[in-house]
Amino acid sequence: MADTTPIAVELRGVSKRFGDTTAVAELDLAVRSGEFFSMLGPSGSGKTTVLRMIAGFEEASSGSILLDGDDVTRSAPFDRAVNTVFQDYALFPHMTIAQNVAYGLKVRKTPKAETQQRVAEALEQVRLAHVADRLPHQLSGGQRQRIALARALILRPRVLLLDEPLGALDKQLREQMQIELKQIQREVGITFIFVTHDQEEALTLSDRIAVFNQGRVEQVGTPREVYEFPQTAFVAGFLGVSNLIGPELAQQLTGSSQPFTVRPERVRVLAADATPASHETSVIGTIAETVYTGPATRYIVEGEHGLRVIAERHNDHAPTDTAPWSRGDRVRVAWATEHAALVP
Amino acid sequence: MLRLTRGARVALGAVVGVVLVFMYVPLMLVIVNSFNAARIPSWPIEEFSLRWWEAAFANEALWTAVGNSVIVGLGAMVIALLLGTLSAFALQRFDFFGKQTVNLLIVLPIALPGVVTGVAFSNTYNNVLEPIGIQLGYFGMIVAHATFCIVMVFNNVFARLRRMSPSMQEASMDLGASLWQTFRLVTFPQFRTAFVAGALLAFALSFDELVVTIFTAPAGVDTLPLWIFNQMSRPNEATQVNVIATVLILLSFIPVYVSQRLTRAEEDER
Repeated sequence: MADTTPIAVELRGVSKRFGDTTAVAELDLAVRSGEFFSMLGPSGSGKTTVLRMIAGFEEASSGSILLDGDDVTRSAPFDRAVNTVFQDYALFPHMTIAQNVAYGLKVRKTPKAETQQRVAEALEQVRLAHVADRLPHQLSGGQRQRIALARALILRPRVLLLDEPLGALDKQLREQMQIELKQIQREVGITFIFVTHDQEEALTLSDRIAVFNQGRVEQVGTPREVYEFPQTAFVAGFLGVSNLIGPELAQQLTGSSQPFTVRPERVRVLAADATPASHETSVIGTIAETVYTGPATRYIVEGEHGLRVIAERHNDHAPTDTAPWSRGDRVRVAWATEHAALVP
Repeated sequence: MLRLTRGARVALGAVVGVVLVFMYVPLMLVIVNSFNAARIPSWPIEEFSLRWWEAAFANEALWTAVGNSVIVGLGAMVIALLLGTLSAFALQRFDFFGKQTVNLLIVLPIALPGVVTGVAFSNTYNNVLEPIGIQLGYFGMIVAHATFCIVMVFNNVFARLRRMSPSMQEASMDLGASLWQTFRLVTFPQFRTAFVAGALLAFALSFDELVVTIFTAPAGVDTLPLWIFNQMSRPNEATQVNVIATVLILLSFIPVYVSQRLTRAEEDER
């Protein structure tokens, strides 16, 4: 996505304090129009608070929030062209599915005929036209999730906010919904801001990811950027398994005490006396553990200067072929120098 | 399911039977005696008649008392609905200094013996307000009743609000509804049954209150319990009491039926 894409949501120096605790500190963030933007972080990292400030449920303690260039920092939720899909879906239990989806149009006093047509379209879009007359409690979790989505999208918001919408679903349904979400987002072309603590989900869905930690954004970038080139040790550790090479070992290997990270799938295991390629960095250690995970086998290699590296090897060889290395073997681990990401 | 031996089942059945007999035989006696022609209720009944029903329906003092009870009950109910609902919202949705104390102070009146409430209000009305020229009279009785009726509404609404997901209101406003629309379309429908149940309880509580009424009713004003109480102290007049008691027994089926219907409708919604 080119940098000339207009900005849909912009946060300028936004802070949020609850009493003595600072939930969000001096945050600057720009979400581009039409983008699938994820806010990823552990619980308590401030990502949900940011979402709630964009929605208007929480007021920023300082800073400003712009929606399409207009300052909405102090606007009420009902005056903002953003809609939210809640973690618990927040469907109204006393209304039918059709009434739930029509709610936003009803309070805007939209003509009946138009309302009916748009409700039918919205239900069609999430493939749930047949449940229009049921009550929310008669639906499965995945169906409720899609109704919550339809109810928000029917208003054609500028930005759709999603607060861990897949959190309550089981793994299979979750993966299916991820694909569906992505398709819907592409169809409607609305900016999605998606809060999640699941790194895999964020990597799968997003155009860009902001990684949150303790009320601050550690890094913003495409999934590839944040995964391959984490700028902080936190980002490296939070997105998948990562090997952190501490200052002492870094000094030994590179001559600089700058620590760096390298992904397990980038690390090769060789015989101790083998020669690594010229573009590789390598070190000798002992296999402390082997872990079979199905598609891959992980070797945990330990050695001097605090060496502890996980190497992942795809099990794409014949299934009868046993692991070439076992516990206690002296081996050499090597990775292409370009795959080492320096962390400050 | 718990499996019981034959002996245990027979024993439990017998206990239930005895309890039911003790609960309902006296009520039956009241109903049957209302048709007793004799002036003094006696057993066995020698002659059946509708004379006490006729006398009761022609008794103006009795009708005035019923009217007073309804007015006081409705008045106390309205006050309880307003204050009980508002305080439930305040205590459920907001954090403020002294919250626990306020909670305790709202619930306390239901635990206070009626005699204490009665004496307290009577003293306040007669020794404090009257000397400075404020005569609450009838309204004073309604206020005294309302103090313990508030709890009924408060407890019901509070419990319901606590179970309601706060994101429901947020979702409503997020979809463009104003505060008032949100209350009318989303919040109120969800605690409506608790509201109605609270109202029924509040009315019932006031309708049958005797002790507080004795202390706070203005001179010459009878509520139904007060009228009955006075009749009972004159044994020869007790027969009409059986009539009104019978009517009340029949009427009390209505709130029981309504509240069960409400509860069932709600279970279906979940």
